[in-house]
Amino acid sequence: MKILRRTGLALALALTAGLWGAGGARADEPLKVGFVYVGPIGDHGYSYQHNQGRLAVEKHFGDKVKTTYVENVPEGADAERVIRQLATSGHQLIFTTSFGFMNPTVKVAKQFPKVKFEHATGYRRAPNLAIYTARFYEGRYAAGVAAARMSKTHRLGYIASFPIPEVVRGVNAFLLGARSVDPKAEVRVVWVNSWFDPGKEREAAEALMAQGVDVLAQHTDSAAPVQAAEEKGVWAIGQSSDMSRFGPKSHLTAIVNDWSGYYISRVQAAMDGTWTSTDTWKGFDAGMVHLAPFNPAMPAAVKADVLKVVAAITEKKLHPFTGPIKDQSGKERVAAGQTLSDAELLKMNWFVEGVVGSVPH
Amino acid sequence: MSDAELLTLSAILAAMVRAATPLVFAALGELVTERAGVLNLGIEGMMLIGAVAAFAVAHADGGILLSIAAGAAAGMAIAALFAVLALGLRANQVACGLALSLFGVGLSAFLGKGLIGTPIEALPALPLPGLSRIPVIGKALFDHDILVYLSVLAAPAIHLFLFRSRAGLILRAVGENHDAAHAIGYAVLRVRLLAVLFGGAMAGLGGAYLSLTYTPMWVENMAAGRGWIALALVVFATWRPARALLGAYLFGGVTILQLHAQNWGVGVPSQILAMLPYVATIVVLVAISRDESKIKLNAPACLGKVFHSGR
Repeated sequence: MKILRRTGLALALALTAGLWGAGGARADEPLKVGFVYVGPIGDHGYSYQHNQGRLAVEKHFGDKVKTTYVENVPEGADAERVIRQLATSGHQLIFTTSFGFMNPTVKVAKQFPKVKFEHATGYRRAPNLAIYTARFYEGRYAAGVAAARMSKTHRLGYIASFPIPEVVRGVNAFLLGARSVDPKAEVRVVWVNSWFDPGKEREAAEALMAQGVDVLAQHTDSAAPVQAAEEKGVWAIGQSSDMSRFGPKSHLTAIVNDWSGYYISRVQAAMDGTWTSTDTWKGFDAGMVHLAPFNPAMPAAVKADVLKVVAAITEKKLHPFTGPIKDQSGKERVAAGQTLSDAELLKMNWFVEGVVGSVPH
Repeated sequence: MSDAELLTLSAILAAMVRAATPLVFAALGELVTERAGVLNLGIEGMMLIGAVAAFAVAHADGGILLSIAAGAAAGMAIAALFAVLALGLRANQVACGLALSLFGVGLSAFLGKGLIGTPIEALPALPLPGLSRIPVIGKALFDHDILVYLSVLAAPAIHLFLFRSRAGLILRAVGENHDAAHAIGYAVLRVRLLAVLFGGAMAGLGGAYLSLTYTPMWVENMAAGRGWIALALVVFATWRPARALLGAYLFGGVTILQLHAQNWGVGVPSQILAMLPYVATIVVLVAISRDESKIKLNAPACLGKVFHSGR
């Protein structure tokens, strides 16, 4: 009986999947696109930005698409259920937007070969599963230029979450950007060992400011450091989205994640039948990363210089990780004129000379 | 010491006070609850509800006192829910408390949906006349907002209540042996209800401190595990208010110190430093658990036990 029921269920599933596959071929039906978020869309950070991308898709395609989103999905078994639910309810393209959704996405993608999946910030692919992420370090390099130009103490602060390559790379890019305009600039790092703890992030900001830091950058999710900077009258650089409302006087700019262009192009490809499983890692050039509007108090000359750097990176005339680059022990890691390969960037676990603090191993 | 070092020391002390305050409230509240024999694991949830309620009132320009009262009242309201289940319906306290924590996280997120991304002004600091002018420690210890002073005063007040008042004696009696307390005519459930409500109000105040002063904003899950730390602090303090206060300050101090120490070239990985407060709690737990007499002397004997009046 149990077996019978199982077979029946599988049959029903297969039938539904088949039906939806057929449905996808019809041009007059809207394309159903699903999004899975790890946080609330109101976090004004990571998930918020993905949702802005979804809204851009709706705006661009009008009634040719129908989008669905599920927020606050815990990474793990629950995610698999949510993704499968989207696949069985006729969604032909599904974006899963957090690293921890990787294995559930791979699993569900195997069961629904006709549905297209896209997973952000992971590394496992399949014929119907594409991956994508952004070169946030390009934004951090440009922010480093802005920070060093605004600093009087030559000391920049960086509130770091966990010692993973993504974060280490961001710290280094920020320092290299700063050093490109101020050879005396240093970046002081404080690890809070959390992605999100407003209280601790605030205290890390206070600790850095007590050490004479006068520009703060962060790779944690809350706006608490921006708020602390506003209170003490130092500059701050926001994370993921524009955080200027938390520090109208202190918010210099922010490194904004912008997924709109990517989502629109992928939905277009799915509609045209040109969608393939790709591996996308783009930055300024694809508009996946950009800087939030500059603080009005920033001098025009500084703004112009930062924009020049952004333009140079966009046009591939400048790579943030161009040698000579030494690590903290003074050992040369990148020779003059060389640039770090993507593979090396993806496993970076050392700090560049000029960073104060250490990568805990 | 140079002037710069003195300034840093002052900054560290002030930060320690801030980091400790939400823990002081929550731990003292739980301490009273546990002294009455009830284990409420829902501190995290009560803190978050308190935080969102206090923030909502402050955001609607409700004024300082009303915002604080809203935080306490909201914590109390959700503690009442726990009381209905765990005391009224005699459900398992551990299960109810865990459920309360999860429920509080979800409910506060739901209630706070419209409040995200709208910062408010922090509670004003009230420098204590005279004391706040003492060099170094004056600015660090005596230039805080009203909630900080309230949290520090709560510890001796609770001590006096528990160990020097008749009502406190009854509360402890109920926690030590509810059957005996019942036999001599005390209303066990009523005493426990009041203790649970007090615990809820204190957790709510801890939450209010987070959203009104510490980081004047509302974001989901902003307590970030502080409720669980408060729970550990009660054991660390062996159910004594003064030690709970001390424990919270130690914990806050170590948390802050490790953030500062990362750039002093101490050479200890930050994860190890971040672990220290938890390690200290475990060490105390092990130390008091080894000695049976110490447990008997300190832990309320009826902690977590369901009371059946019919026996």
